[in-house]
Amino acid sequence: MAILNAAVSTAVARPLRGGEAARLLLWRNILVYRRAWLVFVTGFLEPVFYLFSIGIGVGAIVTGFTYAGEPIEYRDFVAPGMIAASAMNGALLDATFNFFFKLKYNKLYDQMLATPLRTVDIAVGEILWNQLRSGIYVAAFLVIMLAMDLVHSWWAILVVPAALLIGSAFGAVGMALTTYMTSWQDFEKITLAMMPMFLFSATFFPVTAYPDWLRWVVEVTPLYRGVVLCRELTLGVPSWGSLVSVVYLLAFGAIGLAVVRRRLDSLLLT
Amino acid sequence: MADYADTGPATAPTAPSGLVAGALRMGDYWLTVLARTWKGGVITTFVTPFFYVLALGVLLGGFIDADPATLEGASTYLAFVAPGMVAAHAMTIAFSDLTYPVMGMLKWQRIYYSMIAAPLAPSHIVLAQLGWVVLRSLFACGVFLLVLAPFGVFESAWGVLAAWLVQGLVALGFATPVLLFSLSIKGEESFALIFRLGMIPLTLFSGTFFPIGNLGPVLEGVAMASPLWHGVDLTRMLTLGRLDWGMVAIHVAYLGILAAVCWWLAVRKLAERLVS
Repeated sequence: MAILNAAVSTAVARPLRGGEAARLLLWRNILVYRRAWLVFVTGFLEPVFYLFSIGIGVGAIVTGFTYAGEPIEYRDFVAPGMIAASAMNGALLDATFNFFFKLKYNKLYDQMLATPLRTVDIAVGEILWNQLRSGIYVAAFLVIMLAMDLVHSWWAILVVPAALLIGSAFGAVGMALTTYMTSWQDFEKITLAMMPMFLFSATFFPVTAYPDWLRWVVEVTPLYRGVVLCRELTLGVPSWGSLVSVVYLLAFGAIGLAVVRRRLDSLLLT
Repeated sequence: MADYADTGPATAPTAPSGLVAGALRMGDYWLTVLARTWKGGVITTFVTPFFYVLALGVLLGGFIDADPATLEGASTYLAFVAPGMVAAHAMTIAFSDLTYPVMGMLKWQRIYYSMIAAPLAPSHIVLAQLGWVVLRSLFACGVFLLVLAPFGVFESAWGVLAAWLVQGLVALGFATPVLLFSLSIKGEESFALIFRLGMIPLTLFSGTFFPIGNLGPVLEGVAMASPLWHGVDLTRMLTLGRLDWGMVAIHVAYLGILAAVCWWLAVRKLAERLVS
């Protein structure tokens, strides 16, 4: 009888503390990627390829660039743009396609909720995992920039948290939008928002290329705020104005997260 | 009883008379796929290339000193980059149509198995699928070229027409190796790698955005081995009207041989996967 009692008491689910739940989710994702480690390792290459191609290949024929009143090399201009854009791309891929697949097809979260995990644990765990991954990618990119002599100030170290901030803002909003999607076709709308931002948010050329009214539109996009923030840091010219970008991205992410929590509750628990 | 005997043979399956006749039997299947999925591809097929032209060709091009001597004979950066983007677009369509969809037909939905249960051979199935990709690329690149026309980047009408037809060859030059790859792998994780280590570097370093001479002698040699470079250079010669017939022959031969060899291998691979 004592043996039976002991068996039953260990089988009963006990509530997890917050940190424990997130750790379990992180561990799950690490296990998943152990089978596809090459996919994980090569994840940071895309912005590097863009830097080499556009920054250096096209940069060789670009003339006349000034930034903050100083003439700068085109590759110095493009590199921070690539960091910000890849933080957005990476976060959105995870928060939209992969999240949708786990939510609708794998039914992964339904399975998790059968354990003592709560929806908030799932949201926090997924976001933490994405942050860990992008942090590694950004750090690798920064090392490459350093090797290519594209880092001009100690402020550049702050690019890692800045990229994480961009990633979490886009990740939260992307997840929030994904909870409203019904089919893969809806992802075209995400592409429609993401691709113009990637191309037009002062990533490849300065906003001076636009007429004034259009320039204003570009400057309020979240990716532009991220690009400018990263550029101010790698070129070593941050100012109090940089805080505007930080606050903007924080608010963007906070709104997204609030929506995700509410939506996950209603999607998974009813 | 007599009725039954009369209708029996007429509805019984008959083997197709030849390769093309067999492939044409897949026509209604691919039309149905088109009817059900075309909406999903509108933005990536038509809007994306237009935005790339605008961002990199027009706006970034505004900061580029256009000198025909450094731009392979193009008098503006837009005229240089436009044919590169068209060829890259044909490649992208081949990649997107022959990766996940093929895995779906092979492993998830197992459509290939129902196809060969009809009197169709793997060679018919491969021809129909490649034909579908080539037609789709021709359509998308045709629209792309029409969009570019008002920007004044073309030298002559016949050159554009030839450049358009060349996109069918470019699409086939990528469709066959990608199909072979998709038929050869076990799990879909490998697709992330072929996009990341194949498609993206090909797009960026095959003379699409900058002349491969800027890469330095060693990497220039590597870029010349890239099938996309052959497609891009051929397209660019045609749109700029600066033909070097020797190079034309090399480009066509390279893409043609690549397509033929991979086509043959893909048919064998499909037969191996479906029959064994």
